[in-house]
Formats: sequence, structure tokens, C-alpha cells
Amino acid sequence: MKEKKTSLWTLFWMFAKMGAMTFGGGYAMLPILQREVVEGKHWASEEELMDYFAIGQCTPGIIAVNTATFIGQKQRGILGGVMSTLGVVFPSVVIISILAGLITNFSHLVWVQNAFAGIQVCVCVLIFNAVVKLLKKSVVDKRTAGIFLVVLAGGVFLDISPAWFVIAAAVVGIILKNLEVKGK
Amino acid sequence: MSIYFRLFWEFFKTGLFAVGGGMATLPFLKDIGETTGWYTYTELMNMLAVSESTPGPIGINMATYVGFTAGGVPGAVIATLGEVTPSIIVILIVAAMLKKFQNSRLVRDAFYGLRPASTGLIGAACVAVVLEVLTHINVQTMDGSLLNTFSLDDGSGICNWPGLLLAAVLLIFTNRVKYTKDLHPIVFIAFSAVVGVMAGAAGIL
Repeated sequence: MKEKKTSLWTLFWMFAKMGAMTFGGGYAMLPILQREVVEGKHWASEEELMDYFAIGQCTPGIIAVNTATFIGQKQRGILGGVMSTLGVVFPSVVIISILAGLITNFSHLVWVQNAFAGIQVCVCVLIFNAVVKLLKKSVVDKRTAGIFLVVLAGGVFLDISPAWFVIAAAVVGIILKNLEVKGK
Repeated sequence: MSIYFRLFWEFFKTGLFAVGGGMATLPFLKDIGETTGWYTYTELMNMLAVSESTPGPIGINMATYVGFTAGGVPGAVIATLGEVTPSIIVILIVAAMLKKFQNSRLVRDAFYGLRPASTGLIGAACVAVVLEVLTHINVQTMDGSLLNTFSLDDGSGICNWPGLLLAAVLLIFTNRVKYTKDLHPIVFIAFSAVVGVMAGAAGIL
């Protein structure tokens, strides 16, 4: 080994820093990863980071966590992956625990309830906007539109775990694509 | 079953099946609230708003918040660990066979179905939150039934008109107005909180 090995503590600390700097979803983390991981520490090249991020999006779980695990394991194997992930979630656990405790103490105040009544409306709009954005990326033809509508209706009218829809959709995706190949 | 074990298990499932990042966990968190009774959907909305407005990935913030609501600080830690455990396992496996994974037709085909399904699930969660916040329509499930039933509150009309008005304003500002549409969600959350407080003071709520 020519290069000095990255310490597990450094991985934890760097990802904790990046977790604390991320505001919003995993996508908000990408520019921070580019600055810290690619330009700062040279833990990955720009192309590698884009690969990790792409895989992080098409594997289960939180994109930021998946990407952190990937980069960590490349540096220090399994333990590196684990430490990076613990790092990226650490600020969330601390900050949310403190805030949640505070909000619980103030939630009986009328003005706090009114503020949250307004915020809930905003959350409706934010989720709606997220769905519209995702629609453009995920519904690419008539069949994906069909899958979207069936799952949407199923989710609204049925009381079953979302996991079943996910499993069924993966199977349907594989079957549809294979029929397509056979049809040619 | 101890509450901590249950928390870990529920969030393990969420981390394993939620495909597409933080927002994709929402339908699962809604399901957990319904089956365990730890929190209502309205409370989950508040948690989502706080998660969007604080540092850290949204998905992790929500897991921490839900865990805290169910079991205090240990609950927050255990829920978060539960949610990231499948990620770590899956990514370590994928990393070991990176080329195979990237070139796998099976994975690509599965995601052809998974992406619209994930959007559909978030869409259904969106319908549920709109019904809950902007209308007086209640969604219930009879014990043992797989079908949801819809009913109306007595004497309050179908719509929450002040809420709908605010939603319309927010929709325009987040999508149509050039100077505001790229602002961070925290700005709109703060704006809505102020509107809520003022509406309360004016006696509209």
C-alpha cells in the first residue's frame, strides 16, 4: 500500500459533516459529495461518484445512505461502509431527537397547532410536487402509466402493505420486458 | 413483542422495500402508523414538515422522528438503524459484483416496473394526505377487511376552504412563479406556518 489508509473515524466524521450539511433529500447531497469526496478527499472520481449515486437510487433504501455505504466500503471494506452510514445518520438522530422533544412540549399551545395546520397544507403541496416530478421520470410509456395507475388506485382503496405492490411491480416489470423480447 | 424489536423490524422492512429515496418511505410510514397506532397521519405530516426543514436526509430524519415518537431516544436510534441495515447489506453485495449489477438485464427490467409503482405509492399517500388535510372525508378500514371505506364528517361540508386556498397559492408559487419556484421547501413551510398562525389569530381556523 502506497497510500495511507483512511481511518474509520475519518469516514464517520466526514459523513457526519456531510449529513449535517444536507438540507432535503438525497439529491441535495450530491453537490456536497462532489466537493468533499471527489475534490476534497479524492476518495472517488467524478465518474465513480455518479455510478454510486445512480446505484444508490436503484437499490432499496435512502439514497444518501446507499451512497455513503458505497464510498465507505471502497475505502475500508465492510467496516468502512458501516462507519460511513453511521456517520451520515448521526446528525439526524441528534437534531431530530432534540427537536422532537421540544415540539412535544409545545404542541399544546394554540399558535403552535395553528402553525402546523398551515404547514400540513404545505406538506400536501410538496408531496404533490414530488409526485409530478417523479411521474416525468418513471412513467415513460403506456405500460408504466398502467402500473402507476393500478398501484395508485390500489394504494388509495386497499389496506395492504405497500411492500406487496413493490414485489408485484418488480415481477410485472420483468415479465413485461421479457414478453417484449419474445414478441420481437 | 418488545416495542424496540417491533420498531427495528418495521423499519427494516421499510428500508428493504422503499425504492427511490426518502419520499418513497412515506407510504410505509403511513402503514406503520395505521397498524401500530403509534401516531396518526396528521402527526406524520408534521414529522415530514420538520424533516424537510432540518439538516440531514429526509428519509433518515423521518425514521428518527417516528422512532422517537414511538420509543423516545432509544426508539429514534433503533428505528434509524433498522432502516439503514438493509441498505448496508444490499450495497455491500452490489459493490462486490458491481459490473454484474450494472449490466444485469433482470435488475433493469425489475426497475422498469418498480419506478412507476413507487411513484404510484407516493401518489396514493398524497391522495390520503389531501383527503386528511384539505377535505373532511374520513378514510377507514373495517377490522379484517382489505378495503378502505370513505365517509363524511357531519355538518362541516366537504372541503376545508382556507386550506384549499393556501394550497392553491402554494401550488402557483412552487411551480409557476419564476422567482420563487426554485426556493428551498423550508421557505414555503415557514410561510405556511405564519399563514396558519395569522389565520388562527384572525379566527378563520
